[in-house]
Amino acid sequence: MSLPAYSESAAAPVPKPAEVLPLRRKPPRFARRAAAILSGVAAQVLPPLVTLGVILLLWQGLSGDAAGGLPAPATIWLESRELIMDPFFDRGGVDKGLFWHALTSLQRVAIGFSFSAVVGVALGVLVGSSRFAHRSLDPIFQVLRTVPPLAWLPISLAALHEANPSALFVIFITAIWPIVINTAVGVRNIPQDYVNVGRVLRLSPPEYFVTILLPAATPYIFTGLRIGVGMSWLAIVASEMLLGGVGVGFFIWDQYNASRISDIVVALVWVGLVGFALDRLVALAGRIVSRGASAS
Amino acid sequence: MSSRAYLSIENLGVTFNAGQRASEVLKGVDLTVDQGEFISIIGHSGCGKSTLLNVVAGLVPVSHGAVILDKRAVDGPGPDRAVVFQNHSLLPWLTVYENVRLAVDKVFRGRKSRPERHAWTLHNLALVQMTHAKDKKPHEISGGMKQRVGLARALAMEPKVLLLDEPFGALDALTRANLQDSVMEIHAKLRNTVLMITHDVDEAVLLSDRIVMMTNGPAAEIGDIVRVELPRPRRRIEVDATPAYIAARHAVIEFLYARHTGLHAAA
Repeated sequence: MSLPAYSESAAAPVPKPAEVLPLRRKPPRFARRAAAILSGVAAQVLPPLVTLGVILLLWQGLSGDAAGGLPAPATIWLESRELIMDPFFDRGGVDKGLFWHALTSLQRVAIGFSFSAVVGVALGVLVGSSRFAHRSLDPIFQVLRTVPPLAWLPISLAALHEANPSALFVIFITAIWPIVINTAVGVRNIPQDYVNVGRVLRLSPPEYFVTILLPAATPYIFTGLRIGVGMSWLAIVASEMLLGGVGVGFFIWDQYNASRISDIVVALVWVGLVGFALDRLVALAGRIVSRGASAS
Repeated sequence: MSSRAYLSIENLGVTFNAGQRASEVLKGVDLTVDQGEFISIIGHSGCGKSTLLNVVAGLVPVSHGAVILDKRAVDGPGPDRAVVFQNHSLLPWLTVYENVRLAVDKVFRGRKSRPERHAWTLHNLALVQMTHAKDKKPHEISGGMKQRVGLARALAMEPKVLLLDEPFGALDALTRANLQDSVMEIHAKLRNTVLMITHDVDEAVLLSDRIVMMTNGPAAEIGDIVRVELPRPRRRIEVDATPAYIAARHAVIEFLYARHTGLHAAA
């Protein structure tokens, strides 16, 4: 039986590079590749570096360096040189390099955020797939999510009595709302076609969950996780300021009490960079997990 | 009605309730289809032809009357009425092979061994000439190829009725002709019972044994049925000037543009 000729494969573009006439000796292949990569990196990195330089210069020029005021960049360099250059020192107690403070804070975020990811996705799936759950839970979530992280702290301290679980709870409760809400939106927005495929195949609820619901909602879930991780980092710094001990938040508060504004500026840079890295990390994880899921 | 009919749609009515307002989409639709028959349903946009197909698929509940397939009333979707959707609806996170395999695993689990299911998946991909792209993701292949995979997925379920919902509507004319030829070949080989929605008169005439023409909605019904008296196998180059082809084509066009113009239907 001869099936009809299939023209589409013939129409596909043939990936054959155009021939280049050797007029000139070309530089070696790896050199050209390296040059291309370098210029790409430069295009990405140079503009923010130049902007940063301009800001630092302006800051330096505008700050009068009055005692107790905001120190100029040069002053910060002089005063906090050790803190900048050696993030790994550890003299016991809370006298540690910023790396250790950041690491402690990150451990708290890891625990609190993991809980909020698991519970948030579960709640989001529930709210997204059940009309009843949506009606009964969504209004409550919409109110609770506007409560600022620090407002939860006294309540969690009263309920849990100890500082560390309270800090974890504050992270959890701060990060969970965007995860719940985005997951629910993702589940509700599953294209009707995919739902119909599941119905025609008579997938059982667990099969539907694994083969259709979860992959279809993955891009939304990761949007929620990304917002959530950023918010949990905001919450950790704030809650540590009140709780004390090791951690970037407490470090900032401690230096404020010691009037070492230069150290605070250095700590702020660390907070910003770690938050940026967290955000990129979750975004990268999302891209890897949901590869192809958003394209149709 | 005839108790010998393979698929029978009896006095079917469908009413959608949108809040307080109820809108009647289909009214008193009667149709019997024999096993192995290829039926096209044609009508202007918004006439409820997709609703009719979705009722047979079990995706839309019956408000009135019944759909009976192989002596059993349809009451929900199932793989015995596989659907090829207009926009392919392949799962984008699965490869071509995995999309078909998902259906094969679901329908034949317990009846076929794992190697048999693998072979059956490949067999159906070969049937639509998509073996070469089996490891590609849906977004890496063209629209026509996606529809081929959708067709393979539906065929792999060994459905009692194959439901095609404007399967070639979004394709260019050449790709569409190619797919039509493939569908004819497959129909000749497997003798499936097929119900196809279309808005293309030539497609309906070329492929069908009978063409069901719907009146305009709301409360659409079957206006007339044209039997295409062309012997099979049909080859488009040979049939399109024959009297039978021209007669069937004229009957459909006359119905659509003289008797039931789509003036108040959404174009």
